[in-house]
Amino acid sequence: MTTLVQEQDDHDEHHAIPTGIKRWLYTTNHKDIGTLYLWFAFIMFLIGGAMAMVIRAELFQPGLQIVEPHFFNQMTTVHGLIMVFGAVMPAFTGLANWMIPLMIGAPDMALPRMNNLSFWILPFAFLILLMSLFMEGGGPAFGWTFYAPLSTTYSGDSTALFVFSVHIMGISSIMGAINVIVTIWNMRAPGMTWMKMPLFVWTWFITAFLLIAVMPVLAGVVTMVLTDKFFGTSFFDAAGGGDPVMFQHIFWFFGHPEVYIMILPAFGVISAIVPTFSRKKLFGYSSMVYATASIALLSFVVWAHHMFTTGMPVFGELFFMYCTMLISVPTGVKVFNWVATMWRGSISYEVPMLFAIAFIILFTIGGFSGLMLAITPADFQYHDTYFVVAHFHYVLVTGAIFSIIAGTYYWLPKWTGVMYDVTLARAHFWCSLISVNLLFFPMHFVGLAGMPRRIPDYSIQFADFNQWISIGGFAFGLSQLIFLALLIKACRKKGKPVDTQVWEGAEGLEWQVPSPAPYHTFDKPPEIK
Amino acid sequence: MSNHSDKYYVPAQSPWPIVGAFSLFLIALGAGTTVAKIHQSGDPGWGKIVLIIGIISVLLMMFGWFRDQVKESMSGMYNAQLGRSYRQGMIWFIFSEVMFFCAFFGALFYARILSVPWLGGADNNAMTHEVLWPAFEVIWPLIKTPDGTETTAMGWGGLPLINTLILLASSVTLHYAHVGLEKNKRTQLTLLLAATVAFGCVFLGLQVLEYMHAYQDMDLKLDSGIYGNTFYLLTGFHGMHVTMGTLFLIVMLLRVMKGHFSPDNHFAFQAASWYWHFVDVVWLGLFIFVYII
Amino acid sequence: MKNKVSILQISISLILSNVFSFAFAAESSEPMPLNMTRGVTSISADVYDLHMQIFLICTAIGVVVFGLMFWAMFFHRKSNGHKAANFHESVKVEIAWTVIPFIILIVMAIPATKTLIAMEDASEPDLSILVTGSQWKWHYKYMDHDIDFYSILATPTEQINNQWAKGKNYLLEVDRPLVIPTGKKVRFLMTSDDVIHSWWVPDFAVKKDANPGFINEAWTNVDVPGIYRGQCAELCGKDHGFMPVVVIAKEPAEFELWLSQDVSRRQAAKEEEQRLLAMNMSFDELMAEGERAYMAKCAACHQPNGMGLPGVFPGLAGSAIAVGDIKQHIEVVINGVGGTAMQAFGKQMTKKEMAAVITYERNAWGNNTGDLVQVKDIFEFMQNN
Ligand code: HEA
Ligand code: HEA
Ligand code: HEC
Ligand code: CUA
Ligand SMILES: [Cu+2]
Repeated sequence: MTTLVQEQDDHDEHHAIPTGIKRWLYTTNHKDIGTLYLWFAFIMFLIGGAMAMVIRAELFQPGLQIVEPHFFNQMTTVHGLIMVFGAVMPAFTGLANWMIPLMIGAPDMALPRMNNLSFWILPFAFLILLMSLFMEGGGPAFGWTFYAPLSTTYSGDSTALFVFSVHIMGISSIMGAINVIVTIWNMRAPGMTWMKMPLFVWTWFITAFLLIAVMPVLAGVVTMVLTDKFFGTSFFDAAGGGDPVMFQHIFWFFGHPEVYIMILPAFGVISAIVPTFSRKKLFGYSSMVYATASIALLSFVVWAHHMFTTGMPVFGELFFMYCTMLISVPTGVKVFNWVATMWRGSISYEVPMLFAIAFIILFTIGGFSGLMLAITPADFQYHDTYFVVAHFHYVLVTGAIFSIIAGTYYWLPKWTGVMYDVTLARAHFWCSLISVNLLFFPMHFVGLAGMPRRIPDYSIQFADFNQWISIGGFAFGLSQLIFLALLIKACRKKGKPVDTQVWEGAEGLEWQVPSPAPYHTFDKPPEIK
Repeated sequence: MSNHSDKYYVPAQSPWPIVGAFSLFLIALGAGTTVAKIHQSGDPGWGKIVLIIGIISVLLMMFGWFRDQVKESMSGMYNAQLGRSYRQGMIWFIFSEVMFFCAFFGALFYARILSVPWLGGADNNAMTHEVLWPAFEVIWPLIKTPDGTETTAMGWGGLPLINTLILLASSVTLHYAHVGLEKNKRTQLTLLLAATVAFGCVFLGLQVLEYMHAYQDMDLKLDSGIYGNTFYLLTGFHGMHVTMGTLFLIVMLLRVMKGHFSPDNHFAFQAASWYWHFVDVVWLGLFIFVYII
Repeated sequence: MKNKVSILQISISLILSNVFSFAFAAESSEPMPLNMTRGVTSISADVYDLHMQIFLICTAIGVVVFGLMFWAMFFHRKSNGHKAANFHESVKVEIAWTVIPFIILIVMAIPATKTLIAMEDASEPDLSILVTGSQWKWHYKYMDHDIDFYSILATPTEQINNQWAKGKNYLLEVDRPLVIPTGKKVRFLMTSDDVIHSWWVPDFAVKKDANPGFINEAWTNVDVPGIYRGQCAELCGKDHGFMPVVVIAKEPAEFELWLSQDVSRRQAAKEEEQRLLAMNMSFDELMAEGERAYMAKCAACHQPNGMGLPGVFPGLAGSAIAVGDIKQHIEVVINGVGGTAMQAFGKQMTKKEMAAVITYERNAWGNNTGDLVQVKDIFEFMQNN
C-alpha cells in the first residue's frame, strides 16, 4: 500500500532516552504514553473484572450469598464505569498513541505535553472513584447510567466524588481526542493522503470527533446531577418543572455515541489484521471509510432506543426504531468486507488472526441481538433483562476487548522487539473463547425467560443457568491471567527477536521501522509513495 | 499539508503536566468532599483546604507551563507545523466547549418545549395533569412551578441589554486590536486590548449586580424551579467562561506590554481572541433564548 | 496441520459451549423456558411472533455470512497451498450488500410498526388502575372504585438469607396481588413516589416506566384467567430485586365478587380501628405487632437491627428522634421527610400499625424509653395536624 522511501538517518540529535521514574512522569513520548495507557487499561480491566467476579459469585446461587444488595449495586455500577471509561477507552487511546504516529509517519503526537497530561489525570480520576467506595454509605450505586432521581435525591453523598471523577475522565478523553485529530490532520508525512491512511487511523479520526462532540455533554449532565443533588435545582424533578426522563435523553445523547466510540477503533484493528493474515488487500477500502462515517453520523440520532419504555410519544419511538435499524446497514458492510477480504485469500491462523475471526463472528452475534433490541415492541420484553446484558457483553467483551487483545498480539512484537510466547497466547485464546461463550451466551436465555438485570437475587427457575454463567465467568477471568503472564514475559523481552516486518503479509509504515520501534521514530518526515 | 518543514520538532519533557494532573486531582477531591460534607453537616472540613491547595497549584502549573512555552516560542524553537497544531487544537477545544453549552441549552429547550407543557397535560400526558398536577398552569417563564414555588422572570431590557451591547463592543475592539497586531500598530493593539479587558470586567460586574438584584428583590434563585435553574446554569457557566476569557486577555495584555508577539507569530493572542468571540456568540444565544423569547 | 485443528476447534467450541448450557439446564427440577413467553394477550402473541421473525431472519443471515466465512477459512488456507487472489474492490457487490439488508430491514419494520401503534393506543379502557411505584413496593388504586392498597414482597427474609428452603414462587410472591378482569381493556396509569421503577408483566408484554411526577399509560386485555408474575424492571435502589408484581386475572363475574368483598373487608377494618381508639393495648401487644410491622415495612432501610446503613439510611437505635420527642417521631413516620427516601407512612399503614411500630422503635435495640404510643395518640396527631 504505502512504502517508506526515505531511510532513517540516525544521527542522534534527540535527548537520550530518559531513565527512572521521571521518564514516565514527565514523558512526552508517544510510545511511552501509549505504554502507560495500555498498562493502565489492563490494570483497570483486572479491577473491573474482579468486581464482575463479585457479581458472578453473588449470582452463583439464588438467595443472598456473599454481599449486601447495596454493595452489589455498587459493584455493578463501578464495574460498568471502570470497564467503559477505565479499560476500553484508555486501551484504545493507548493503541492510538502507539500506532497512529507510526502509521502516518509522524515523529510523535501533535501536542505531546498535553498528551502526558491527558494520561496522568486518568489514574487520579479512578483513584477518586475507587476511594468513594470506602466512604460512609459507599460509592455510586445507581448503575453506570446514573439515572436521576436515583442518583440525585436518593443517592449517597459520595455522588459528589463520582461527579468530579467523571469530569476528569471527560477532560482526559477530550484532550486525547483533540490530540488525535490534530495529529492526523496536521502531522501526516508528505504523500500520506487521506485515502491512503490505514483504516485504524481513519476509524480513530472519526472516533475522536465523536469524543469531542459527546464527552462535554456527559460533563454537562453530571453537572446537572450535581446541582440537583446538592444545590436545589430541579432539572430532573417534575415538582420544579423538570423531568427525570430529560436526564436520560441527555445521558444517552452521550451514551449511544459512546458505545460506538468503543467499537469503531476495534473495526480499525480488525481491518488491519484480517488483510495481513489473508495476504490480500482489504476489500472495499473506501466503502469501509464511508461506512465508518455513516455509523458515526447515525449514532447521533438513535439515542432514545435505550428509552423505549420511558413513555415517549409513538412517533418518537418509531423514529428512533427506524434510525437504529439503519445502523445495521453500514455495520453489515464492514462485516461483508472482512469476509470478502478473507475470500480467496491465503489464510493463516496466527494468534491475532484467531482473535480477529472470533471478533467477527461474536461481534456479529452481538450486533444481531442489538438489532432485535431495536425493534421497539420486542424491546418492551427485552429491556432491562439479561438479554440486554448478553447483547452488550458480546459487542463489548468479544467485540471491543477481543479486538484490543488481537491488536496487542499483532503489534506487541513491534513494541518489544521479541515474539511473545505463542503457546501461552494460543492457550489464552482457546480458554477465552470457550469460557466467554459459556459466560455470555446463556444470558440470552435467562433474559428471554424474564430475569431482570441489576438484581442481587433471583427466582429459583434461573438457578442452573446462572451457575453456568458464573462458572464461565470465573474461567474467563482466570484465562486473562494467562494474558497477564504473557505480557509480563514479553515486556521483559523474553523471547525470540523479530525482524522489521514481523508478519509475512503485513503492510504499512509501522512494519518498515525496526523492531522494537526506536524511541524516536522519524526525525524527518518520511516520504510516502 | 503543503509547506512541510524539513525537520520535525518534538518538544522536550516537561514536569508541568504531571503537576497539573495532581492539582486537578486535588481540586476534584477537595470539591467533592467539600460538597458532600456541607450536605451532611454544613461544615466543609478538610475538603476546603484541599480544594484551595488544588486551585493554587493549578494556577502555578499554568504559570510555569506557559512561561516555558513563551520562552521556547520566543527563542524561535517552534516551526510552522507546531503553530498549526496549536491552532487546530484550540479550535477543537472551543468546539468541545460549544457542545458543553449544548447540553444546557438542550435542557432549556426540553423544559420549555416538552416537560413543562407535558406537566400541563400536552400530548399523551392528559392524566399527568389531571391526576398529579391539576392546579398547574403552563407559562414560560415558569414563574409558578408545579409544586407551587413562585418567582419572577428576568426581563431582557436593562442590565441584560446593556451587557449584550458591552460584549458586542468588546468583540469589535478585540477584532481591531488583532488587526492592529497584524499591521504592527502596537498602540492600537495595546489600547484596544485594554478596552476589551475593561469591557469584560464591566460585564462581570454588571452580572454580579444582576444576580444580587435577582436574589434580593425578585426571588429568582438557583432553586426556583426549572426557569431559575436554566437561567443560573446558563448565565453562570457563561460568566465563568467570561472570567476565564478575561484572565486570558489580561495575560495577553501584559505580554503585549512586554513587547511579545509579532504580526506572524502570535498564536496565544489568536487563541485568546477566538475564545473571546466564542464566549460572545454563546451570549447572543443566551440573550435570545434565556432572556427574550 | 495445526491450522486445521484451529478451525475445527473454533467451530466445535462455539457450538459446544453454547449447547452445554441447555443440556445442563434441562436437568433442573423446574425447567426454565428458553424463549420469550407467548403470553396471554393478543398483543403479547404479536410481540412473540415479531421476536421470532427477527430472530430467524438474523439466524439466516448469520448462516449465510458465517457459512461463506468458514468456507474461506477451510479452503482458502495458506497451509492448503492456496494462493491469494488480488481483487479488492467491486462497486456492484458493495451496492448489493447495502441494498439487500436495507430491504430486509423494511420487511422487519412493517409488522413492528403495526404492533407498536396498537400497543400504544390506551384509549377507551373499561377500567383504569393507577399504579404507583415506591421504594420497594407497588401501590394500586382502582380509579373507578374506591379501592387502593399496597403490594409488597411476601417471601420471608429467612428464605432470602438461606435459612429456610426456598419456596416455589421465591421472590415472585406478594401480600396482596393486583386483581383484574379478563376480556376487558384495562388501562394502567404508571407513576412513582420516588425514583423510577418499571412495571413489568411478561405475559402481558407490558413494561412501562413509572416516572415520578409524570403518568405513563399502558394497557392490556387478558384472555386467560390465571396468576401472572413479573418484576420491577428499572434499577430503583437497594431492593430493586425484591419488588415483584403479581396480577390475578379473574373472570368478570368473579372480579365483581372480589370488588364487593373488598368493600366489606374495608368496612370491617374501619370498625376495628374505632374499637381500638377506645382501648389501650398492652406493651407486649404493641411490641409484638410493632416488630412485625417494622420487619415488613421499615427494616428494608433501617435494617432489622435498627442500625440502618450509615451514610444512606440513618440508624434508629439511639437516634435523636427515636429516643427524643414523641410528637416528632410520629410526625416523621406519618409524613415522612420530604426529598429523602423516608416516605410518608401515614397512608401506607393502619393507625394500629403506626402506634405499634413507633412503640417498638422507642423500646427496641436498647432504646429503652419505656414510652407507649396508642392508636388514639396517632389519631389525635392526625386530627391536629
Ligand atoms: C460496543 C458497543 C456496542 C455496539 C457496537 C452496539 C451496537 C448496537 N446496539 Fe447496543 N448497547 C450497548 C453497546 C453496544 N451496542 C450497551 C453497552 C448497551 C446497554 C447500555 C445499558 O443500558 O447499560 C446497549 C443497549 C442497546 C439497546 C437498548 C436495549 C435496552 O436497554 O432495552 C439497543 C436497542 O436498540 C441497542 C441496539 C444496538 C444496535 C442496533 C447496534 C448495531 O450497531 C449493531 C449492528 C450490527 C449488526 C446488525 C451485525 C452485522 C450486520 C450484518 C451481518 C448485516 C446484515 C444484517 C441485517 C440486515 C439484520 N443496544
Ligand atoms: C467493556 C466493558 C465490559 C467488560 C469487559 C465486562 C466484562 C465482564 N462483565 Fe460486565 N458490564 C459492563 C461492561 C463490561 N463488562 C457494563 C457497562 C455493565 C452494566 C453496568 C450497569 O448495569 O450499570 C456490565 C454489567 C455486568 C453484569 C450485570 C450486572 C447486573 O446487572 O447486576 C454482569 C453479570 O454477570 C457482568 C459480568 C461481566 C463479566 C463476568 C465480565 C468478564 O469478562 C470480566 C473478566 C475479567 C476478569 C475476571 C479480570 C481478570 C482476573 C482477575 C482479576 C483475577 C481474579 C479472577 C478470579 C478470582 C476468577 N457485567
Ligand atoms: C425507603 C427507605 C425507608 C423506609 C422503608 C423507611 N425509612 Fe425511615 N428514613 C429513611 C431515610 C432516608 C431517613 C432519613 C431522612 C433524613 O434525611 O432526614 C429516615 C428517617 C427516619 C426517622 C428519623 C431518624 C433520624 O434520626 O433522623 C425515623 C424515626 C424513621 N425513619 C422511621 C421509619 C419507620 C417507622 C419506617 C417504617 C414504617 C421507616 N422509617 C421506613 C428511609 C426509610
Ligand atoms: Cu422498583 Cu426496581
Ligand atoms: Cu445505543
